[in-house]
Formats: sequence, C-alpha cells, structure tokens
Amino acid sequence: MDRDRKAIEGAKDYQRLVQQLAPKPNAARLAARAFLVGGTICFLGQFVFDYFRYRQPTEGEAIAATLASMILLGVVLTALGVYDDVGQLGGMGAAVPITGFANALTSAAMDFRREGFVLGMAAKMFVIAGPVIVFGILAGTLTGLVAWLVGAGP
Amino acid sequence: MPAIAVQRLGEYTVQLRQPPRIVGAFTLMGPREGAGPLGQYFDAIVDDDMWGEVSAEKAERKYLEHAARRALDQAGLAEQDVDYLIAGDLLNQIVSATFSARSLGIPYLGVFAACATSALGLGLAAMLVDGGYARRVLVATASHYQSVERQYRYPIELNIQRKETNQWTATGGAAAVVAPPGEGAGPRITRITFGRVVDWGIKDANDMGAAMAPAACDTLLRHFQDTNTTPGDYDLIITGDLAKVGSKLFRALVERVGVTLGGKHMDGGASMYGTAPWAGAGASGSVCSMAVLLGYVYKEMARGRYRRVLALPTGCLHSPTTWQQGDSCPGISHAIVLETD
Repeated sequence: MDRDRKAIEGAKDYQRLVQQLAPKPNAARLAARAFLVGGTICFLGQFVFDYFRYRQPTEGEAIAATLASMILLGVVLTALGVYDDVGQLGGMGAAVPITGFANALTSAAMDFRREGFVLGMAAKMFVIAGPVIVFGILAGTLTGLVAWLVGAGP
Repeated sequence: MPAIAVQRLGEYTVQLRQPPRIVGAFTLMGPREGAGPLGQYFDAIVDDDMWGEVSAEKAERKYLEHAARRALDQAGLAEQDVDYLIAGDLLNQIVSATFSARSLGIPYLGVFAACATSALGLGLAAMLVDGGYARRVLVATASHYQSVERQYRYPIELNIQRKETNQWTATGGAAAVVAPPGEGAGPRITRITFGRVVDWGIKDANDMGAAMAPAACDTLLRHFQDTNTTPGDYDLIITGDLAKVGSKLFRALVERVGVTLGGKHMDGGASMYGTAPWAGAGASGSVCSMAVLLGYVYKEMARGRYRRVLALPTGCLHSPTTWQQGDSCPGISHAIVLETD
C-alpha cells in the first residue's frame, strides 16, 4: 500500500515537472496567425460570393455556388499538398472554414486510397470529417425541432 | 540447486563473456534525415522518401530490407552466414520486419520495443552470439514518417497544427551484423541492461519525450548501480529518442538523484534534424536510434573520438487504441555499452 501511494505521488510530482518544463506556446502569435489565415480564407469566400451575386440573381444560388467553389479550392490545395502547411501556419484559422472540412475529407480519402476504392477511400474518407457531419445533422435537427415547437419554423 | 546466472552483474545487467562485435553496419535514410546535421554519417540517402513505391508501408519495408542486405555486404557475408535475423518496426504486426524476413530467408525473430528496437535487437543478438547459440546475427529496423503518421495519428495532408512537443518520425532503415570478437574490428557490445516498462501517467501521445524520460532514467540508474560506474566512466551517454522536451526532463530527473551528466549526454532524436521548425521537439521512429548508433556513434568510435559509449534508446509503447481509450503511455529503455579495443 505504502509503495503504491509513493508511486502515485511520484507520478503526480513528475506530471507537475512535465507541465513546468513544457514549451509554452506563444498564444498571441498563434491567435494572430489563425486570424490572418482564417480571415484570408473568408475574404476569398466573400470575393467569390460577390462575384456570383453579380452574375446570379438569387442569393441562395450564390451561397451554394460559393460553398462549392470554396470546397473545390480546399480539395485542390489538399491534393497539391499545400493545405497541411496552411494548417500548420493558421491552426483553427485553416480548420474551421469549409476549406478545412474539404481538407479533412480529401486528406483521409488520399491516405486510404491504397486500401482500395470501396473499403479504403470511400469508407475511410469520413474518419476525420464524420463527427462534423453527425453532430451537424444532430444540431440541425434539434434546432429545427425547437423552431417548430415555438412556432418559428417555416 | 539454486540457479546461478554467471554472466550477470547486479540485478538487471548482463556482462558478456567474450563481448561480440558489430562487424557490419548500414544506415539508409530519407531526404530529410540526409539533410540534417547527422546526414554526413549515414551510408546512403534516398532522395525520394517513397523510394518509387506506391505506399509508405511498401517503402518502409524496402528501407529495412535494403539496409539489411547492405549491412551483410559491409561485413562481407551472405544470408546463409547469419543464423538469425532480429528485426522490428512500429507498424501493426511489425509487418516491415516480417515482410523483409520473407525475402531474406533467414530464421527470423520479430521484436517490438517501438523506438528502442535498436538496443533490444543488438542486445539480444550479442547474447545469442556470446552464448554460442548463433554464429552471427543480423539486426535490422526501419520506420517511415508517412506510414507511422497514418497508423498513430492523422492523414498526411490533414491541416493539423503540430505542437512543440510533437516528434517527427524518421524515415529510413538501418541494420548491423553482430559477430564473435575474432571477426573484424568494430565496437564490442560489452554490457546490456534491459529495462522495465515505466509509466508515470503521461496521457499526451503528442508528448512522447515526457512519457519515455522516466524509463530512460530508470534504466540508466539501474545500469550505474549494477556496474558500479558513473557518467565519468563513459565518453558519451546517448539517449534516443527523447528529443528536446524529453531530454530536458531526463536530465532534470537524473539530477534529482544527484547524478550529473554534464556534457556527456546527447539525444539522437534531438540531434537528427537540428533546429528545423517542422520537426517539433525532434525525431522519433524505430530507425532513429539505430541510425544514430550505426551512423554517428559507430563512425565516431572508428575515428577514436569515443571509446566507451552508453546507449539508451527509448520507446513509447502505447497504441492508438490505448491512447484513445484514455490510457497513459508506457515507456521503455534498454541500455547497451559499446566499447572499442
């Protein structure tokens, strides 16, 4: 018993040492980089949206075309091996926009291509992006349900 | 009659009777490793890390097999001149080692000690040779950044921001032939201290240095105690791959019990890529410590810079499943002593 307690205390003591000696990330610099990378992607998105708005009459169609264009951009940059570097630079600034979602799908699909098209690429494509889809659908359903209950739905 | 093991020192250490030698060694590394500060010590650099293969797994076993064959060439031996192949790697079911053994056709002992495979393999080989159970033993290992990243972490092209504690898996293969002392003039493996699995509750698989440092400390102190030696008795104490973060913790732990390593300590993982920002805390991977031992240490010993080296490769023994289930990362460290005549 005494030996166990000593071992647990030793481990806790060590974990404190690890915390103490851990490299301290520069939060301000990381936040600034995330802001710049995320901002640039959103600026591009706005630019694309304005272009479609200029060409297309309805807003809904322009939004759909913008999303599809940004997804395509994410896919192309991933296939070229660039988007992981964007992620290293911008962190969440690169992960949160829809280009990041496209990257999560494409990178997994590329990785598992060698295991076959069906059980590899198609099945494993969602290992990273799957939760986003699951919780996105869940959140959408719940929001819709609440809206319907309070009579705010369409 | 009580069992008496005559070739043991203290509780944990093996003292070899006629210490076997490393008679042939070959390090075959990828482009990033070749461009690093230790690049000049490697025997061959492959410019394309995929080496023309369609998958990283196929490339990894190519590195292992080619390193093994070239090590035999270096020793002037053929496959039938060695009795065992001891090999291991990081992939599930140690497939790189197994598939290489398939084409080498040498009786095969597959081992796993993650990034401490080098010392486990060399130590076992030395015991087999010294015990008279094998004439010569071939030891080989390999790792590949992409295959290991895929298995342990995320898809290669995923936009993940790597932390400063993250380590970069080295790409390459390395192999050595261990033979009786009468053959050749390479460094001799004189003592071995196989380590215990040590787990001090580090749950962050992105901080393997912190998970492995206690194991390195444990094996080092046990080795000192068993052999009645101090850091002063060695020209170099080389750990691997604690990398930068783990090395700092290792030195802090060792200093706590009053042992000063001073300028004697070097870490393979911390040295492999210098200060390259993409490498995070430094290198890891089962080839890392093997390549540093057979590249840098082996060659500097041949030049006479080091005469007695204590090598402490370290391994992090978690799997992606245990980590996802919330288990901590157990570490291990095996020590071998290399000496020139």
